[in-house]
Amino acid sequence: MPAMPGRGMSLISAEGLSVRYGGALALSDVTLAVEPGEIVTVVGPNGSGKSTLLRALLGIVPPAAGRVTRQAGLRVGYVPQRLHIDPALPMTAGRFLSLPRRQGRAAVAAALARTGVPGLQDRQMTALSGGQFQRVMLARALLTDPQILILDEATQGLDQPGVAAFYRLIEDVRRDLHCAVLMVSHDLHVVMSASDRVICLNGHVCCEGTPHVVSAAPEYRALFGLGTGGTLALYQHDHDHAHDHAHGQNHDEAVGAGDAG
Amino acid sequence: MIMPTGRTMMKQWGPGMLDDFMLRAGLAGLAVALAAGPLGCFVVWRRMAYFGDATSHAAILGVALALGFSLSVFAGTLGVALLMALTVSTLAGRGWAMDTTLGVLAHSTLAFGLVAVSFISGVRTDLSAWLFGDILAVGWNDLWAIWGGALAVLALLVWRWDALLTSTVNEDLAHAAGLRPGRERLVLTLALALAVAVSIKVVGALLIAAMLIIPAAAARSLARSPEAMAVGAVAIGAVAALAGLLASLWLDTPAGPGIVAVASILFAGLAVLRPLRHGGG
Repeated sequence: MPAMPGRGMSLISAEGLSVRYGGALALSDVTLAVEPGEIVTVVGPNGSGKSTLLRALLGIVPPAAGRVTRQAGLRVGYVPQRLHIDPALPMTAGRFLSLPRRQGRAAVAAALARTGVPGLQDRQMTALSGGQFQRVMLARALLTDPQILILDEATQGLDQPGVAAFYRLIEDVRRDLHCAVLMVSHDLHVVMSASDRVICLNGHVCCEGTPHVVSAAPEYRALFGLGTGGTLALYQHDHDHAHDHAHGQNHDEAVGAGDAG
Repeated sequence: MIMPTGRTMMKQWGPGMLDDFMLRAGLAGLAVALAAGPLGCFVVWRRMAYFGDATSHAAILGVALALGFSLSVFAGTLGVALLMALTVSTLAGRGWAMDTTLGVLAHSTLAFGLVAVSFISGVRTDLSAWLFGDILAVGWNDLWAIWGGALAVLALLVWRWDALLTSTVNEDLAHAAGLRPGRERLVLTLALALAVAVSIKVVGALLIAAMLIIPAAAARSLARSPEAMAVGAVAIGAVAALAGLLASLWLDTPAGPGIVAVASILFAGLAVLRPLRHGGG
């Protein structure tokens, strides 16, 4: 089924999605949708099911309940959280970009140049720095001409300027390719300002909306407000408001989504 | 246990027979190198060395069953190796502690195989042929089976190459690209069982895993791409097979262990050269 631009057909959506790991419920009753061209960021503390959500949306883990719908023939560019290439496996960056589909040398060179690491194609993956490695992974994701880029903690291990530069690059790429971006991140203040929509996750969707709405939401501040005061100072919050029971709350206060795109 | 060597064979049969049995042995060795090279690379990359051991040790049980029920040994080893490989990958998928599971399965199937063989009269004496291989006794019929199996392994790997490689790098990455890593794991499992069935006559159950791992590990020192490593592993395996056979002829050494010994020497030599080579960039 071809995509119909402008008709608001979601690229990926989840309805009442629950995922179990072993016996434990990692995600419960998550409903969300990513529309063409928007940047959606999922934030949440460790163990909140962020990576699980992405993996369920990609079809890697099966839902225990609910439904995941991907547009037919959707082209996904995926940048996983961590990628360890075994030292026993010789792999140049150029060869890595041809996984799993072979790419011409010109396309490889252009993709590497686009992500700011030109000329790395003959370097071994194991010899790249953390920042170079992430950019090579992004270059690989771009080669599929993605309708949606999915990034899982893509800036882990980068220093502060590296993180900022990486997100600027994501924004540039999004503008050029007109693709949607769905990402999971810890880098709250950097990421949120670049997002159209933020989903605050803690096993379930705590709150959702524009960065401004979410950063003001009590659920969000209950999760992040006390522990990361320094980070949130950027938003000039008042840290006078504590929640002891974030899990038990209803999530109506800040839901302002659905109007993006 | 008496292991046949090239020299004793020549004494027995005279120089006139030399061409024929050495030709068959050489061709059998090359077939094993051809299948084991690229497959061994995946065994090394995916850290499946012990998995290879378990599958090949189980093949002894396959030999015993085949002899007991008058089936072809090729079919018996293939069947048991496949069963073993499937069991192991199923257990791995369920999160069993892998080295313990493999240790139990590898050695218990080997032990049961050895016990089962002892019940079959007449086999006991040439058990060493199955444990250490009997490449010099490879007949033309064996050779057809060996080449058929080796080419099937190679075709399977070439066909699935990019998908296998992507799954090996990262299963989530493969999944997001529309591949099914579980299916690729099954392809490798099948290839491994086939390779074991093909190689048991040539290097023997105890040394099959060595032919998978050593040439691939040796080729790592030279290779800058996965494909180069696979080709290098085939070349190193082929040199080892032919040199091992010649050693058997000249030095009166047992052929199967000789092949593995040469492969190990090549590994050591290339490992020593590696730092020199990588100094340049």
